[in-house]
Amino acid sequence: MARCHTGSLKNIFTSRMDLLHLFKYDFFQHAVLAALLMSITCGIIGTYIVSRRMVFISGGITHASFGGVGLGYYLGFPPLAGAAIVAVLAALTTENLTRRKVLRNDSIIAILWSLGMAIGIIFIYLSPGYAPNLMSYLFGSIITVTSTDLWLMLALSITVTAIFTLLYRPILYVAFDEQFSRIRGIPVMFINYLLIVLVALTIVLSIRIAGIILVLSVLTIPQNITNLFTKRFSHIMIGSVVLGFIGSLLGLILSYYMDIPSGACIIFTLVILYMMARLIKVVNFGR
Amino acid sequence: MKAPLIEIKNLDVAYQKKLVLSNVSLSVFEHDFIGIIGPNGGGKTSLIKAILGLLKPVGGSIKHSLQKSEIGYLPQGNQVDESFPITVKEVIASGLEHGLKIKLGTAKSRQHKVHNVLEKVGLEALASRPIGELSGGEFQRTLLARAIISSPSLLVLDEPDTHVDNQFETELYALLKELNESITILLVSHDIGIISPYIKSIACVNRDLYYHASNEISEDQLKVYNCPIEIIAHGPVPHRVIKEHIHK
Repeated sequence: MARCHTGSLKNIFTSRMDLLHLFKYDFFQHAVLAALLMSITCGIIGTYIVSRRMVFISGGITHASFGGVGLGYYLGFPPLAGAAIVAVLAALTTENLTRRKVLRNDSIIAILWSLGMAIGIIFIYLSPGYAPNLMSYLFGSIITVTSTDLWLMLALSITVTAIFTLLYRPILYVAFDEQFSRIRGIPVMFINYLLIVLVALTIVLSIRIAGIILVLSVLTIPQNITNLFTKRFSHIMIGSVVLGFIGSLLGLILSYYMDIPSGACIIFTLVILYMMARLIKVVNFGR
Repeated sequence: MKAPLIEIKNLDVAYQKKLVLSNVSLSVFEHDFIGIIGPNGGGKTSLIKAILGLLKPVGGSIKHSLQKSEIGYLPQGNQVDESFPITVKEVIASGLEHGLKIKLGTAKSRQHKVHNVLEKVGLEALASRPIGELSGGEFQRTLLARAIISSPSLLVLDEPDTHVDNQFETELYALLKELNESITILLVSHDIGIISPYIKSIACVNRDLYYHASNEISEDQLKVYNCPIEIIAHGPVPHRVIKEHIHK
């Protein structure tokens, strides 16, 4: 039962279609659009995360958001809205407690990470009846994205792109050397809080596609592939958007032909791309 | 006498609830070149962080007669992530940023300033190089360029001579001497035993601070003192002997 919710395309269509035919269907067009929008936000935000070594924090925010999914089920509001609220709260709490040195940063993350998961499980258990889309929150389901999801993703893509275009320099400088930026009068706190909220929102809207368990990979693998060939922040951002899109499109098609869940398939494709890129680098540059 | 650029009076600074500086007073005047020396953990870095406004003092006062934006700062190398994806040019340009300004593209004057300072520190050829591919000396030069690009009135350097070779150290001090003609310099040095002849005065920091003015002891006075240690060297080796003191 869970399989059809994790995005196996063939369960929806009994007959096999050729690739071009696939593009004529609404659900597939939606999926491609979702992949594109996810690649834009994750390509940009992921570059920030990877450069600033914030992967673990991002993992914490991702898993904490599951608490919001559970609350949504229990209280009867959209689980994704719950995830968004909890993710933003978790992000702000982590940032705040770290700044104030209340607890060690990695300990705060570990606590929020497991607390969120625990709350999620408890409330889903307490919710009457069956939680129909639970697996899609854990592993993603790109073929069931709704037009509301797409509008939200479009709004976030525009916001993230606009902020990184207009504030590119301050963001880069604060990420590179916070202390120096503070001396130069750049509002470091504002940039940090703004960015951690964008990280949380990017994660939540990508959960629809890649799932809580897999979302970190779309924020890190394209960046690491691009980073093999360039060491400029802006180039990594652009390269990650392109590679993220290629990877998720290939993964989507592969998932159809092999009849396996799309989220996992996208991650798998990205890892294969990474290994190929490494190989190309070794052959061409000897390292 | 002109008013000091920075006047520190009875300063107490705590770091993670431990008092690291106690009752420190120091006046920095225009064209000073002060070397801050002292043992590790003695409070050298805390002193300059307090001057830069990065650490709030728990007691005493620091009076500035200059704006924050008039200070150029070179942090300890280990405070910066060397694998961060950023180029030499971008790092240097960050020294020009001030406040939060929304700007698109690169202004001509900005590029021009970056070009000039690249020339000054001899990094023209490495402008587009990611910082992860630089040697220790090249990286320090990049940080120095970032510190001086805004033409500051005061330059604060935290151990610019660590992880660099002798040749770079010589070049660095030659450049600092030139800069000192128009800029006041505060330099934290990791090396207590050896200090550049260009450093005019010395502040010894070990929880408290002892200031040794440039004209403190002359060679003649030295004969009067009974030197506690003997240094043997052939030929005219440059040296300076400063007054004995005990940190409380």
